[in-house]
Amino acid sequence: MGTIWVYAEASGGKVASISLELLTRARQLADTVEAVVGGDGEPVAGELGAHGATTVHATGDLGDGLAGPAVASAIASAIEAGAAPDAVLFGTTYDGRDVAGRLSVKLNAPVITNIVELEQADGALVGTEPVFGGTVNVSTRFNGSGVGLFLVRPKSFAAEESGGGPAAVSALPVPELGATGAARVVDRFAEESSGPKLDEAGVVVSGGRGLGEADKYSMIEDLANLLGGAAGASRAIVDAGWVPYSHQVGQTGKVVKPDVYVACGISGATQHMVGMKGSKNIIAINKDAEAPIFGIADLGVVGDVHKVLPKLIEALQARG
Amino acid sequence: MDIVVCVKQIPDPADPGELDPETKTLKRDMKLIMDESDSYGVEMALQLRDAAGEGEVTLVSMAPNEEVNGLRSALAMGADKAILVSDEALAGTDALGTARVLAAAIGRAQADLILAATESSDGYTGTVPEQVAELLSLPSVTFAKEIQADGGEVVVKRQTEDGYDEVRCPLPAVVSVTAGVVEPRYPSFKGIMAAKSKPMDQVGVADLGISADQVGWAGGGQEITDVSPAPEREAGEIVTDEGDAHEAIIALLEELRIV
Repeated sequence: MGTIWVYAEASGGKVASISLELLTRARQLADTVEAVVGGDGEPVAGELGAHGATTVHATGDLGDGLAGPAVASAIASAIEAGAAPDAVLFGTTYDGRDVAGRLSVKLNAPVITNIVELEQADGALVGTEPVFGGTVNVSTRFNGSGVGLFLVRPKSFAAEESGGGPAAVSALPVPELGATGAARVVDRFAEESSGPKLDEAGVVVSGGRGLGEADKYSMIEDLANLLGGAAGASRAIVDAGWVPYSHQVGQTGKVVKPDVYVACGISGATQHMVGMKGSKNIIAINKDAEAPIFGIADLGVVGDVHKVLPKLIEALQARG
Repeated sequence: MDIVVCVKQIPDPADPGELDPETKTLKRDMKLIMDESDSYGVEMALQLRDAAGEGEVTLVSMAPNEEVNGLRSALAMGADKAILVSDEALAGTDALGTARVLAAAIGRAQADLILAATESSDGYTGTVPEQVAELLSLPSVTFAKEIQADGGEVVVKRQTEDGYDEVRCPLPAVVSVTAGVVEPRYPSFKGIMAAKSKPMDQVGVADLGISADQVGWAGGGQEITDVSPAPEREAGEIVTDEGDAHEAIIALLEELRIV
């Protein structure tokens, strides 16, 4: 395979882990790997280069505009002007989906989505997507001649450095966007969180409907703190308004692959399992012995979270 | 304010899906219901319409088999009318083809604002709202957790990795709504009865000026090379709590050197 472009996202000068994962996989598949950045290239050229990008195509500061229409238009213009990546990889992120969706219309090319494995077969990239809650894998390739667009789920590949030097920065001009670029970010708010990020934590403790009421979520946070981990949630209690969306683990929400995942009062809807079944070790506590979560747990405790968790928390506190 | 809400009708998630062995696409020959993910957009649209004190909420849906069951649910919640694109040629249509059909159908309604879920519960590609926006040359804001109308603009709280951005966007625009951000109302008995007589405009792809070869599986530009069961994760030890199950958890955490 000739050239793969990776849409790389960064925040505060630090490249997102999903982007480093994509660069790592791309350089195993292609002769040339280049990054596309919606923003300034210089601050991230070192980290992108160290993970295999030889060039970073950077739009420059997007100001208060959204990445979707700007980056998609910039990539489409570059391709029209002769750039010829065989494929463009995006992370399944807020901006990644926006850029991929817009670009797909501009290039009249489909996007293969929710990819967890990407391989080369007969000179074409084949993406594999889990369906039905991860019980069936479907592999798909493009049969057209255009650019292959793939949206890849986070944590599908491990990020590894290539030992490469900084990527060369090349300008990727954004054409006049007209109405499509009219949305403006007028303010940015960061939600407070302590401890490690949900999708980077070594331990994730999640709560579900079995907690019974919103107040009981504090047990999940206490246990997560004691284990140096992050607190997650099932969609059911996010939908119920007990905890913010940023805690959600699942198909909608974050994909996590910690060393240990503790599911408390979570029955194991397919929606949830998709987001955590890649965890190295799974501990589940649930009243219902028939709960699907026990089918994938390394240690399943059939019991009441209101009895088991307080004892567990107390015992861990006693150890200091 | 006139609002279009894209509504997908899907197999009941409680009833596990199947792939058609011939086409390897999702089978949709059973009774379909409104995707629960879309109920949040419907609720937001009703609230925005009622706050504006004027305008209509129009549902737009696409289904291969003339299914209206899910649309009736949204009409019962209070939407005013529906456009259903139903055509045998639509079977197996991918996200881009779906966006083409929806964009053309939306063009039949007068819309200040177009709402959609961020992703469907069954296909979950999550690209359709942005594809619709691009096809209609409109601005868009995805992953909205709150929408407020302000003159000819909407102010949207858009989810980000770190929290949320407040985004102002002139209308007309496409906004995708995250599941769980509002409490969808239950239809009243009166609403359910009224839904039966609300206008339902049913059209085929040809009515939208789309040729059959642009949609359906053949129009997708991709092919499935393999379908196989995922490696199964095996169940481990199961213990029943007799008041000491926390000790088993601690023993495992010690073994894994977490504590």
